Amino acid sequence: MAALENNRRMTETQSIEQIEAEIVDEFSLFENWDDKYEYIIDLGKKLPPLAEEHKKDENKVKGCQSTVWLVADYKDGKIFYQADSDAIIVKGLISMLIRVLSGHTPDEILNAKMDFINKIGNDEPSGSNPFQWITGHGKTNEELCFGI
Amino acid sequence: MQTATLNTNKAFDVHFVRKDFPILNREVKGHRLIYFDNAATSQKPQSVIDALVHYYTQYNANVHRGIHSLAEEATAAFEATRDAVKHFINAAAREEIIYTRGTTESINLVAYSWGRQHLAQGDEVIVSGMEHHSDIVPWQIVCEEKGAQLKVIPVNEQGELELEEYRKLLSSRTKLVAVNHVSNALGTVNPIQEIIQLAHAQGALVLIDGAQSAMHLDVDVQALDCDFLAFSAHKMLGPTGMGILYGKKHLLESMPVFMGGGEMIKEVTFEKTTYNELPYKFEAGTPNIADAIAFKPAIEYINTIGKENIRKQEDLLLQHATQRLKEIEGLRIIGDNDHKVSVVSFVIDGVHPQDVGILLDNKGIAVRTGHHCVEPLMQRFCIPGTIRASFAFYNTVEEIDLMVEALQKAVKILR
Repeated sequence: MAALENNRRMTETQSIEQIEAEIVDEFSLFENWDDKYEYIIDLGKKLPPLAEEHKKDENKVKGCQSTVWLVADYKDGKIFYQADSDAIIVKGLISMLIRVLSGHTPDEILNAKMDFINKIGNDEPSGSNPFQWITGHGKTNEELCFGI
Repeated sequence: MQTATLNTNKAFDVHFVRKDFPILNREVKGHRLIYFDNAATSQKPQSVIDALVHYYTQYNANVHRGIHSLAEEATAAFEATRDAVKHFINAAAREEIIYTRGTTESINLVAYSWGRQHLAQGDEVIVSGMEHHSDIVPWQIVCEEKGAQLKVIPVNEQGELELEEYRKLLSSRTKLVAVNHVSNALGTVNPIQEIIQLAHAQGALVLIDGAQSAMHLDVDVQALDCDFLAFSAHKMLGPTGMGILYGKKHLLESMPVFMGGGEMIKEVTFEKTTYNELPYKFEAGTPNIADAIAFKPAIEYINTIGKENIRKQEDLLLQHATQRLKEIEGLRIIGDNDHKVSVVSFVIDGVHPQDVGILLDNKGIAVRTGHHCVEPLMQRFCIPGTIRASFAFYNTVEEIDLMVEALQKAVKILR
């Protein structure tokens, strides 16, 4: 719960757009993908593990290769997320998703542009965005919102 | 249309051969591509790419029915591939070579046509514990429909089939045995000659999934005496969407048609339709003409390089990779046995395969991570998946060293 409270405090004064812009700014400091991945891995390592009781089938978001567990709590008109993954890079990416979305109202989440993923991945020379597959885990904004 | 390499009789030189594969020159994420996903699909030599372009720019036409020049040229090229395949696997007759979309469709064709005709309540089909889903699911479907049972040859700790258990599974109830020649996930070469002989002694037929062996091992269907052989063009330098089903002629002749439409008929009335002769009775509709035509230069390329040269280079790569990978702390090779070809599959303690795959891709190294469409085999080893590096003769020892270096760095960051 400490993590939830922390999430709420961090996002109380910031809109989703502001947090997205903040993440894009942070990533602009990295000169190469090695550094970006190291940062994401670090975020993954720092994300508190989900309690074993939450790692059940109904909380599973099954991807092609890794598993994500996502738990959402609705409190005081806002949604708070906790998540975990067996793969550390995915865990780092979902840590960013939590940072952006957790502590906001269902309306705000539904209307979130979520284009920070495009922005932080778009300097890829081949034109492909390595982070696009984060959405491959198949949660739409609606599902993130109503899957609580 | 032939490339420089094909016109020389020089000894095998990997750096020379690589010039025939234009994709090997591209960069990925700022690094020269290292392609170690050959078990998923091989890269294509220029001669195959040229054949596709040549067909579409010079003689694109539908085959068999036209009387104009383009149709005749297309038909001749289309059928020439059938002869090339016949020689490649030493089939007794060209009618035994059926064009399909790939290994999966070839196996489904046998399951739906032969299986529905011959399987009944109480019959058994044997598959192995290291089959690809495409050699499990079609049999499950037809077994369920017919009340037959699916039996599985177990896999030992080294990733080999337990032949003693196979002997025990065989009985007069066994109607068909379907096994792969080479495991896509482990690289294990299975003793198919023995598997076939034992099955035949019980009166059962044998289908060999040759998807992973076609480019690497000698496959002589008459010497093996297999009843069916399925393989794909795209895993042996050819285009995607093109595959082969070989079947013994008397079996194919007695099997009911699989799919109805044009090309597979002799005469159609609303009262009754009579079917075409082999191989066309199994080739309904306009076939995959371009890819069938471009399959021939792929076969010619393999023949020119020579399977002995291919194996020699790939064995060198496999040995080097196996040796170097064991330097990585906590790395465990899945399927660590001494009769393997071109595949090394492994897990690393405390590290998820997907993370490794992403970090290797960041260095331009293409490996496959996950369950490789063999979930039951992964369950056998109690792992969700592996990291698989699969080699082709155009890969080099230097590329393996770069992969090991990248792996060491990845593990350091991830742990």
